Amino acid sequence: MNIHEYQAKELLRQYGVPVPPGEVAYSDKAAARIAEEIGGARWVVKAQVHAGGRAKGGGVKIAKSLDELRQLTDQMIGMRLVTAQTGDQGQLVQRVLVERAARIERELYLGLIIDRGSQRITLIASDAGGIDIEEVAHEHPERIHKEVVDPATGLLDFQCRKLAMAIGLQSRLSPFVRIVKRVYRLFRDKDATLAEINPLVITDDGDFLALDCKITFDDNALFRQGEVAELRDFDEEDPKEVEASGHGLNYIALDGHVGCIVNGAGLAMATMDAVVFHGGRPANFLDVGGGASPEKVANAFRIVLKDPNVRGILVNIFAGINRCDWIARGIVQATHDQAIDVPIVVRLAGTNQEEGSRILAGSGLDLITAEDLDDAAAKAVTATSEVIRV
Amino acid sequence: MSVFVDKGSRVIFQGFTGQHATFHAEDAMATGTNVVGGVTPGKGGSRHLDRPVFDSVADAVVETGADVSGIFAPPAVAMDALLEAIEAGVRVAVVVADGVPVQDMVRTKRYLTGRNTFIVGPNSPGIITPGECKVGIMPSNIYKPGRIGVVSRSGTLNYEAVSQMAKLGIGQSTCVGIGGDPVNGVDFKSVMQAFENDPDTDAVVMIGEIGGQQEVDAARWANQYMSKPVVGFVAGVSAPRGRRMGHAGAVISGDSDTAQAKLDAMEGLGLYVVRNPADIGATVARALEETGLRSPAGARS
Repeated sequence: MNIHEYQAKELLRQYGVPVPPGEVAYSDKAAARIAEEIGGARWVVKAQVHAGGRAKGGGVKIAKSLDELRQLTDQMIGMRLVTAQTGDQGQLVQRVLVERAARIERELYLGLIIDRGSQRITLIASDAGGIDIEEVAHEHPERIHKEVVDPATGLLDFQCRKLAMAIGLQSRLSPFVRIVKRVYRLFRDKDATLAEINPLVITDDGDFLALDCKITFDDNALFRQGEVAELRDFDEEDPKEVEASGHGLNYIALDGHVGCIVNGAGLAMATMDAVVFHGGRPANFLDVGGGASPEKVANAFRIVLKDPNVRGILVNIFAGINRCDWIARGIVQATHDQAIDVPIVVRLAGTNQEEGSRILAGSGLDLITAEDLDDAAAKAVTATSEVIRV
Repeated sequence: MSVFVDKGSRVIFQGFTGQHATFHAEDAMATGTNVVGGVTPGKGGSRHLDRPVFDSVADAVVETGADVSGIFAPPAVAMDALLEAIEAGVRVAVVVADGVPVQDMVRTKRYLTGRNTFIVGPNSPGIITPGECKVGIMPSNIYKPGRIGVVSRSGTLNYEAVSQMAKLGIGQSTCVGIGGDPVNGVDFKSVMQAFENDPDTDAVVMIGEIGGQQEVDAARWANQYMSKPVVGFVAGVSAPRGRRMGHAGAVISGDSDTAQAKLDAMEGLGLYVVRNPADIGATVARALEETGLRSPAGARS
């Protein structure tokens, strides 16, 4: 789960990590009031959307007067911010973060991740801050420094000092150690999977300041992280995906024409791959999960068909703990719930396969049945290439 | 023979009296698995499925000599159940739960240091040696005894691969679902090592997906040390970057994480690489024919 920058900074503040004075604003008036309260002569206005790369898209601006601040805020709120991560449609900006501008001496990078190689929480630091860390890792791997945390001891001071010295902070060991340990504590307490302060700056007064921050949390731990769960902003997510998750379906919208309804995440991905292999493009990823009821399958049809790009549906089920007869009933129910004007290709295998096929055959529906995965993907691609939806 | 589990395995289920464990324990027993009992705290002393129920894993191990546990605890308490199994000295612990917090697994793997339990999962369909032992949720009727080892992250893709092989008359020695989580128990490499050492496994099918480097690490090991042919597939060539595709671990976070990059790396390391997921069975057959383990006619020579 992702959160906004202003929310991440509020968490950092709670853990004693220095962040610039500032607050979130929903209007130009509020922005001006915040600027007067925090004082200063220059302020930064930052669009609050979950996508990264905001500065390039015009989502981060400097105001040198209150008038300019009001004007910039007014322009930013309500705009659709397009960045490398949003797609062409962009993301609607509903609020901005107003902060007192800092005078920057140095820009550093500090990150915590769950590293899949070591299978442990791992700290990453670099003296090349303010730019994409993947770029640094690619161009200047020698400027990336890592420390792996032993869960039995937690992060140790000497590990932080090692990183501090590697990025040229010999003269500022104690304050750096303090900051890193506080971010680590936040990461551990809140079940984060990524915490990135980029840049962590040193101001001309010699103080550390977390200028930008991104924190991602473990969806699987939200059951024990009530405060974190409340930070979720549904406006930042695809409404179809939100609705699907409400029905226990795992749905991700893509940009092709073949709607996919599959059980199991692995088979769902492989089904998309098979569609691509046959020259088509999947409209979505959808995993109905285990023990899918007819209602769940009917809901899956409804959600997939909300995408106007869908020209056909490929149902691919290999039932283990699922039942083909329930899936078949779901398909029949879906056609009763709404008029479906696109071809449907169905491949059923596994538990109660024969009963499922019998239900479909007896339904009188005009379905295209498929023998196996290859047959299903080929038929779906052929069928969708001939359809024009009105 | 086989890897991790066989007809000599003495299996218990944790959460034994629950609905899911009951269903899958019954199926396991019907297909030859030696289920010796189960654990449900508070119900010790009673019987379920005509087997004894214990209050703790330690009691079950002492009383029945159990060495394999199928853990059917929900995600929130999976770590507790798993640590109890490890502490009791269980040799193989299968964790079916999908949704275990990743930091719980980080701690669990630290706890494992110096202990010898093989953790299969979490988010695993289980492990099966067809006809001998099944601990998990897979449909046992699609698996047939044979000489091919199958290891996958996904459950349904394991079924898909096995059914493609079945159509060509190819059975399995053991199938292991290592699970779809980013921090997990046994990885591809350790399962590959077990298959290499198993005299009853002729070849291995590895089915990976986007995210992480486990498939490439295993392929690198196979390239150096493996005498048996390895067929590799990676799901998610069509997956977008940065999105979690169902499994917690199935997310592309860098260039080397993509299915394409991993397939290319595997090909460079000499594996039989499958590009179309419908070709897994055919590729296994080709690998067996090319290495002289199967005659082109189909029957094993």
